Amino acid sequence: RKNVEDFTGPRERSDLGFVTFDITADILKGKMIVICNVLFFLTCIHLRSIFDWNVKQLFLYLSAEYSTKNNALNQVVLWDKIILRGDNPRLFLKDMKSKYFFFDDGNGLKGNRNVTLTLSWNVVPNAGILPLVTGSGHVSVPFPDTYETTKSY
Amino acid sequence: QLYYQVLNFAMIVSSALMIWKGLIVITGSESPIVVVLSGSMEPAFHRGDLLFLTNFHDDPIRAGEIVVFKVEGRDIPIVHRVIKIHEKENGDIKFLTKGDNNEVDDRGLYKEGQNWLEKKDVVGRARGFLPYVGMVTIIMNDYPKFKVCI
Repeated sequence: RKNVEDFTGPRERSDLGFVTFDITADILKGKMIVICNVLFFLTCIHLRSIFDWNVKQLFLYLSAEYSTKNNALNQVVLWDKIILRGDNPRLFLKDMKSKYFFFDDGNGLKGNRNVTLTLSWNVVPNAGILPLVTGSGHVSVPFPDTYETTKSY
Repeated sequence: QLYYQVLNFAMIVSSALMIWKGLIVITGSESPIVVVLSGSMEPAFHRGDLLFLTNFHDDPIRAGEIVVFKVEGRDIPIVHRVIKIHEKENGDIKFLTKGDNNEVDDRGLYKEGQNWLEKKDVVGRARGFLPYVGMVTIIMNDYPKFKVCI
């Protein structure tokens, strides 16, 4: 499986990271969901089904979490998707590019070995509480020590 | 007889006020109940929906949360989702927001030259919601004549 990962920069003196990923999700009533996030290696994240009578939609998002010299905690949402009640419960997304620019506040992505990607979701009910749930399981993405210049994305 | 009615009315009004003030204290938010004014968070929230907020000081702001914030100098609360956070060791945090239904992030909404939001701009975090209930407020604002009728 091809994994393309590089980053150009720095722009405005901040690191910009590029990540591509695959997501396989199976959201069925009452069954376990398996999400496979393939970057450098295959890791499976388990999601329990959540579409009950009071669920209007799910807001799914992939976020990268890491630490840098500048900031003790950074979280950047790379990709999101709204899943409405009644939508196809199986997601099979391959070679996805991040929807949003993965800018760091500074130069903390270079050589950062500990960037963790997790899938989380916000349950939006027809009425009631709005829980935010994080999937159990995550993928680590180590960024290289050097910058790449002019690589097509 | 009239005296009794006036007193009764005053009791009701002061009870409502006490409940509202109590809510402000319990949730820690200056405005624990807000009405969604725009369609920028559709299809989750529509104009007229009611949101219940909390604003506990120790609650960390994390990516993916729905926050209600006010831009410095403007009165209108905005309900959007946090998409980026950068937090220092001492707890100082700066974050970026974006409406689910918007193509771009909120930098265009912030003050001139402001690139990030801070904790002080937050009115609260959305914890619960009721659809449609807030429509009454919107109707009263859009049609002041209606307010006079009531």
